[in-house]
Amino acid sequence: MALAKRIIPCLDVENGRVVKGVKFLDIRDAGDPVEVAKRYNEQGADEITFLDITATHEGRDTMVHTVEKIAAQVFIPLTVGGGIRSCDDIRAMLNAGADKVSINSAAIYNPEFVREAADRFGSQCIVVAIDAKKVSTDGESERWEIFTHGGRKTTGIDAVHWAIKMAEYGAGEILLTSMDQDGVKSGYDLGVTRAISDAVNIPIIASGGVGNLQHLVDGVKLGGADAVLAASIFHFGEYSVLEAKDFMQEQGIEVRL
Amino acid sequence: MSSVAVIDYGMGNLHSVAKALEHVKPGVEVRVTNDPVVIADSDRVVLPGVGAIRDCVAQMLACGVDREVADTLASGKPFLSICVGYQALMQSSEENGGSKCLAVYPGEVKQFASGMTENQQRLKVPHMGWNRVTQTIDHPLWHNIADQSRFYFVHSYYVKAQNSDQVAGKCHYGVDFDVALSDKNSFCVQFHPEKSHTAGLQLLSNFLNWNGCL
Repeated sequence: MALAKRIIPCLDVENGRVVKGVKFLDIRDAGDPVEVAKRYNEQGADEITFLDITATHEGRDTMVHTVEKIAAQVFIPLTVGGGIRSCDDIRAMLNAGADKVSINSAAIYNPEFVREAADRFGSQCIVVAIDAKKVSTDGESERWEIFTHGGRKTTGIDAVHWAIKMAEYGAGEILLTSMDQDGVKSGYDLGVTRAISDAVNIPIIASGGVGNLQHLVDGVKLGGADAVLAASIFHFGEYSVLEAKDFMQEQGIEVRL
Repeated sequence: MSSVAVIDYGMGNLHSVAKALEHVKPGVEVRVTNDPVVIADSDRVVLPGVGAIRDCVAQMLACGVDREVADTLASGKPFLSICVGYQALMQSSEENGGSKCLAVYPGEVKQFASGMTENQQRLKVPHMGWNRVTQTIDHPLWHNIADQSRFYFVHSYYVKAQNSDQVAGKCHYGVDFDVALSDKNSFCVQFHPEKSHTAGLQLLSNFLNWNGCL
């Protein structure tokens, strides 16, 4: 199979600045998303995802301008997520130069929004983000539910069923974040990644919990992910995207080098 | 300074193509337009495309894009069509329950079957990501791009050209398909050069330096 598995660095952006701290030794202004995106682009990132965590309307306008600036200099696919609630939000981001938008809570409150967005803009630019957490106890068969509010509130929705429904509604891709693992650095939740990857026919991006390069390999080989997303291992300069790709290729995974 | 018209028929984002063209050749005048006079006056013409084929073709016909394309092809000036812009030039597509296209080139647009597998791996649809392109002919637009370079794709339908002499590049995803087509002053690609990093930018640069002759 010649289609490469994708590596996607993810940036949290607030009021036009990268938060969570990014530590590239040779970038003076580590908080500028344009600079960070250019660096990942040079390292061979296959796509870049921006998560807008801004709470205010002014901040959202800033995000649109940030996307415009990045899209004028970085020529790989760009995904923008966070606060996408209407077709106007989607149009603003696509017009600014984003290739895809990621819809999270708005899909939970109104699943028809995903159908409408896919009809209007095409499935190729609609990513549905799923934050899943294991709810089964030891001994039970494994089960995961969708959580909101950073993993604090459950919706009671089964994650695998939800993924199937979102694919039927026209999602072109699923960004699956395992909340148990997010920030813990013990690797993706391979159980839910595999369960959803097997259940739907659209690509799955694994996210949440990457602490080393073997985790990326496991996400693809054991989790069945089509793409792997990571934030902190790249931000803090532990590994470059190129090192990650070299490692994955050594492990027999096809990547774009 | 040279100019390039990017045909705008109201089907979404042309920002990326325009920005990428400006990036590879600073100073080039990029005109995002559907004015036939402006298109006729430009040195080069690009036909982009996203979305569903029926809406795209309907919108192209409503905007007179079929005539603009015919005029451009006849003029001999370099013409590049991208993704659904390429698909729209074929005779018909299986998308939207069967759609007639502009029938500039013989061949059809087919759907990737669901449930394709290869080496025990399921092939998801859309075909999304970076795949290898086999250059089947020498062409000025392949200049300085290594054979088997990867380009960025996102599509659920693929072109099967009828005239094998027109095929300029192939790709494999469960099936072999015709990822690039060449005919005189026209070059068509299924992938997105504007999103394909250095290989894609090289192709756009080649286009802006091409005189339309083979």
